[in-house]
Amino acid sequence: MSLGEAIRNSQLWKSVFRHPMPLDRRNRIVVMLTNFFLHLHPVSIKKQGIALSYTWCMGGVTFFLFLVETVTGVLLMFYYRPTLEWAYNDILSLRDVTSLGIMRELHRWGAHAMVITTWLHMYRVFLTGSYKPPREFNWVVGVLLLLLTLLLSFTGYLLPWDQLAIWAITVGSNMARATPILGSEGPGAKLLNIDGISMITNASDARFVTIGARFVGEDTLNRFYVLHCIAIPLAVALLLAIHFWRVRKDGGISGPL
Amino acid sequence: MHSAPDFLSHVATPLGFYYMILCVLNWVAALVMWRHGPKTYTTLKLGPATIPVTNVIVWLLVGAAFFVCAPLAMIGLPPELPSEVKQIVNELSGPVTLTLGSLALFTILFVFRRAWTAPPVAWTILNLALLAMGMSMTDPNFTAIVAKPDNVPIVGLVFLLGFFTWLATYKAVLNDDRAAQGLPPLEKEDNEKVLVWPDLVYTELICMVALTAFLLLWAIALQAPLEEPSSRVKTPNPSKAPWYFLGLQEMLVYYDPWMAGVVLPSVVLLGLMAIPYLDFNRKGSGYYTISERKFAYLVFQFGFLELWVILIILGTFLRGPNWNFFGPFETWDAHKVLAQNNVDLSQFFWIKWLNQSMPKAPTGSGAGTELLYILWREMPGILLVFAYFVLLPPIMAATIFRKFFVKMGFIRFMLMSNLLLMMGSLPLKMVARWSVNLKYFISIPEYFLNF
Repeated sequence: MSLGEAIRNSQLWKSVFRHPMPLDRRNRIVVMLTNFFLHLHPVSIKKQGIALSYTWCMGGVTFFLFLVETVTGVLLMFYYRPTLEWAYNDILSLRDVTSLGIMRELHRWGAHAMVITTWLHMYRVFLTGSYKPPREFNWVVGVLLLLLTLLLSFTGYLLPWDQLAIWAITVGSNMARATPILGSEGPGAKLLNIDGISMITNASDARFVTIGARFVGEDTLNRFYVLHCIAIPLAVALLLAIHFWRVRKDGGISGPL
Repeated sequence: MHSAPDFLSHVATPLGFYYMILCVLNWVAALVMWRHGPKTYTTLKLGPATIPVTNVIVWLLVGAAFFVCAPLAMIGLPPELPSEVKQIVNELSGPVTLTLGSLALFTILFVFRRAWTAPPVAWTILNLALLAMGMSMTDPNFTAIVAKPDNVPIVGLVFLLGFFTWLATYKAVLNDDRAAQGLPPLEKEDNEKVLVWPDLVYTELICMVALTAFLLLWAIALQAPLEEPSSRVKTPNPSKAPWYFLGLQEMLVYYDPWMAGVVLPSVVLLGLMAIPYLDFNRKGSGYYTISERKFAYLVFQFGFLELWVILIILGTFLRGPNWNFFGPFETWDAHKVLAQNNVDLSQFFWIKWLNQSMPKAPTGSGAGTELLYILWREMPGILLVFAYFVLLPPIMAATIFRKFFVKMGFIRFMLMSNLLLMMGSLPLKMVARWSVNLKYFISIPEYFLNF
């Protein structure tokens, strides 16, 4: 008995992998059904559905980039402190002195790439008409994931706390000031008043809720940090699970009938 | 005038690599064609030898040309755009030419999709685009913007979109030709089922490894941007949102923030989500086609390529200090002054056409009276916008969209027509601004309500 065989016959190995090596047809089917990570997939699939020229692989690439962002993001969280005192300096030392500071580059370029691949995935889904029945609802979930991807990128943009960061977020969040009715400079804001005293001011409007203050400051940093690292990723994880599950339930990858 | 030599030495190495990559690309293309058996166009007789002229030779020669460019770039003599050309490009470019020009280009590409998607033509276009890019990189102004770390992904996006648009159009044309002959789409031919292990999981693994390698290379080659520490007293000019929101920021030129920043983004998301419920066409599900779903295709492409991507390109690369327009080879001069004399519709109406002063509530009148006066002042714009959003849909239902209305029913048709009109309001506002300097159709700054 060779060493490899001995390992594969051990109780330990067999308790982890419930199937023999996927070398023959039967076990290639079994592996898809018994492995947690593989069970997202069907067992067999039409050849057309896995042709790269059809799928562009962009949905898968987007998911992989989400994983890259999660891993590099967690590593960055060990290092980065979201306070006015440290945020910029921590990024500076990630660039200049920290070992594996390249995690920040991977994280930032991965984020840009993820926005692009999300768009390309949606472009492919539209151009192949894959949103048509029975997949309508999964397209809706996909649009929500697009929104969350953009919000993830937007909240992350602030964290380096350099000029680029705070002014981009200032420009972006200033828009919330103009929200109809709920923004202090939005149409209809004056409607919400009690005896002429406006309820919507720059300390209570939609922009204030977004950035946690009247201008982009430490409260914004904290708010965006929590949104970026916890709240939005959790929402994405939930919607991703629904998105993948629905791909299977709605008949697998699209193709001509 | 040639670019300053010290700048050329600065870009020498990257440009050298760039041309090497272009050379390799073309030689790989030649290799692929050779493996597939070249198509002979004609033969050249050189004395006793007969040389077949094929695709392979063409791309070998193109690759060789890039092979020569590489060392030239390395020693500081790269091919450059003549300064006259740059000047003409700068002078011709502007928001009007960019948007209308790209629209014209997309129209041409759509009409002649059969011609340009032919692989040799598409490959030629790609080569020309890459060459133009390489030649432009010798210009300091161009490179300063394009090579800004956060802008690099957008350059990538442009080429990726070009490639995937080609791929999708190419496959759609093939499928449409097959449909005309009564054949099923190409995707149907590969109906045979295969096991996911190994056929799919191995592809996924290779994709993951390749992508990891690519990200690592990118991360090593290009440092993530980090500017000065933030300062609330030093406002950069221009101040820009992250690149994927620059289409929205560009809309601020034509709309107030409540439209460009809040209402229109929401409508875009809502409209995207509504697509599957509005598109009643059951054809073209699961394969590439254009002919079988022309309307949906054109609306989507207009919204995505023209109103989203082109505006992002405009906002990222061509908007400089004070959000002024700058040509691709122009220096970003913060003191550039552009005369802007925009006039509201109500001013046109009362002052220019009726020769009166604008209606204004007498001083000391109550809020209600004031509001009535404001509404009276803005009556032309309010009527126009009302007609656009409320009267047009029924007219559309009775005329050009008759068939749609019958198939969609009242609610779905109203939703679709209002989404279309909302989308159409952006180009309409653009044209109104360019042609008659119209600022707002409705201008009620008293209530922050400008449209």
